[in-house]
Amino acid sequence: MEGMAGKKSSLTWAVHISAFLLVVLWTIPTLGLFVSSFRDRDQISSGGWWASFLPSERTGYARTGTDDDARQVDGLYVIEGLVTEGDQKLSAWGTGAREPGKYQPGETVEIEDGWQLTVSEDGSYRLTSEKPFGMRRGERIFTTTATPPDFTTGNYHRVLTAEGLGRAFMNTLTVTIPATVIPILIAAFAAYALAWMRFPGRALLTAGVVGLLVVPLQVALIPLLQMHNAIGIGKGYMGIWLAHTAFGLPLAVYLLRNYMIGLPREVIESARVDGASDFQIFRRIVLPLSFPALASFAIFQFLWVWNDLLVATVFLGNTREQLVMTGVLRELMGSKGGEWEILATSAFVSIAVPLIVFFSMQRYLVRGLLAGSVKGG
Amino acid sequence: MELFLMAAGTIALGVLGCVVWFWGSNLVLDSIYPPRGRNAGDNIRRANMIRPWLFVGPAVLFLGVYLVYPVIDSFWRSLHNADGSRFVGAGNYLWALGDDKFRESIWNNLLWLLVVPALSTVFGLLAAQLTDRIRWGNIGKSLIFMPMAISFVGAGVIWKLIYEFRESGETQIGLLNWIVTRLGGEPQIWLTLIPWNNFFLMIVLVWIQTGFAMVILSAALRGIPEETIEAAILDGASAWQLFFKIKVPQIMGSIAVVWTTITIVVLKVFDIVFVMTNGQWGTQVLANLMYDWMFRGSPDYGRGSAIAIVLMIVVTPIMVWNIYNARKEAG
Repeated sequence: MEGMAGKKSSLTWAVHISAFLLVVLWTIPTLGLFVSSFRDRDQISSGGWWASFLPSERTGYARTGTDDDARQVDGLYVIEGLVTEGDQKLSAWGTGAREPGKYQPGETVEIEDGWQLTVSEDGSYRLTSEKPFGMRRGERIFTTTATPPDFTTGNYHRVLTAEGLGRAFMNTLTVTIPATVIPILIAAFAAYALAWMRFPGRALLTAGVVGLLVVPLQVALIPLLQMHNAIGIGKGYMGIWLAHTAFGLPLAVYLLRNYMIGLPREVIESARVDGASDFQIFRRIVLPLSFPALASFAIFQFLWVWNDLLVATVFLGNTREQLVMTGVLRELMGSKGGEWEILATSAFVSIAVPLIVFFSMQRYLVRGLLAGSVKGG
Repeated sequence: MELFLMAAGTIALGVLGCVVWFWGSNLVLDSIYPPRGRNAGDNIRRANMIRPWLFVGPAVLFLGVYLVYPVIDSFWRSLHNADGSRFVGAGNYLWALGDDKFRESIWNNLLWLLVVPALSTVFGLLAAQLTDRIRWGNIGKSLIFMPMAISFVGAGVIWKLIYEFRESGETQIGLLNWIVTRLGGEPQIWLTLIPWNNFFLMIVLVWIQTGFAMVILSAALRGIPEETIEAAILDGASAWQLFFKIKVPQIMGSIAVVWTTITIVVLKVFDIVFVMTNGQWGTQVLANLMYDWMFRGSPDYGRGSAIAIVLMIVVTPIMVWNIYNARKEAG
């Protein structure tokens, strides 16, 4: 029995570890982007984002003062000063370019006849001599310093203003919200009819909706664009709202119908017997009860419209003022391919809202997915 | 500011329009066929014949104009030349058969179709099985599911950072090249590495879709009756056997759903290729090729539409299968 227990716990460990590895693997890409968005250009090109949590080591040199800075203390000539900047910490120092890290902080070294040099960890040095120094330029002190991890929000200021992402954010919001709200209403009525009203053609319509779920949007682009041009909508918000509303409808009708058909039959039948019209049943009973399904679809549609690039590229114009965030991001990938501080920050701004929606409404999202695929499961 | 006013105005107008239509049309119907008086019975019957169409009307109109009509129109265009002025019959399709880029796209699409659904399903199943058994499993699930919320373009940026290349000897800032150089290898420009670059693009979609597979399969796994599993354990099934011989066969239906759903996503994949390689270096796919012909340089609507129709034909079997299943379930 003991052997069994031991085996079981080692299996549990294996599960924990492999699950952890999987989660790490899936999280690291996004984490890398997130961390990079808080680093400035020099930091990004000097090392990978994973190194940014450790103090970074740099080597350099500084010069001591000269005779002008020397003071006389107890018969000694003394020069004092700092070789580091800010909150850097000295980890090693030296006096020659060949061995820049020869000495430890705090060590006292005789560098020339009668000259004693001490450099301590905080970067302060003290050079002493019994005779005047008689030097025109200061001695060189080579330093190896550790700079503590440093993050900046400067990138965010820059992309939101100079790179036009602030404007694009507004555009995206303008596209997304109406395109999320309007299909819900249209779909809810249709779903109710398909679920609870009897009429010839109902089965055919339902099958049609299921079929339209998989139609590739690419097929629709040119005909619709030309239609919009022909009726005078052209490229603009009206066109993209209409397009997104229509493209979201199959999923909306399908999800809502599947949900509504599962509502208790007795409630609806008894309301009917009591003389309620379909309109009243829909408004007073079915719509409130369907809230979870409505929420699921709203989240799907929101994420889909917010993240869409293709429909926006085709139905909105492509000038700087009209671009949505995915469009700006795409443009930046072309024009600023190497400027990771800009790219990473812009990308993070564009995915921040979907991530917030995702984490706060995950429950509805999962429920919607399940309703859409494993019905009754 | 005026943008917001316009958006708010549209929402108000849209919602109001819907309300007026649904409420008003029902009211009109009830006044034409009042459900009382001498002909109450007849009137109710007649009204009930018309009412469903008031409910489904706007949806049917939208679907017809924005999805059904374009398919037909695209087919029509695909039989014409670049600007639609001359009928060319199957000319565009014959051109496609002989076109190198088109063949490359078909081949790549097939590769995507094999790799992405398979890997997503396997990883999803693994993630579901692992996270279902541990206490912090829900947090783990959330994190694996998270890429679902990220746009393909955003994911493109995220993974480009991972594939970033610096000359050998410089500090590598892309994770993949950093690992490779650490292990003693040479840094590579991954996205131009034919034919492997296709796989580096596919990984992005696998990363996004695994969460979806996990959510569906985890629910399916939990739906397996306890007794089945207990019986198998009592009969001495090992953990391995339990998983592959008992659990997996039981959730085959859900695996099929996941597989087909991801297949459809794969067929339409556009953004990832568009922003990461734009179809260069042998990574072209149908959706991006179509975009090229329709919107780049001098547009050729005939050829673009032909490619779109090919895409449509490829998804049709899945569409039929879906309809068949939906009807079977409805009984």
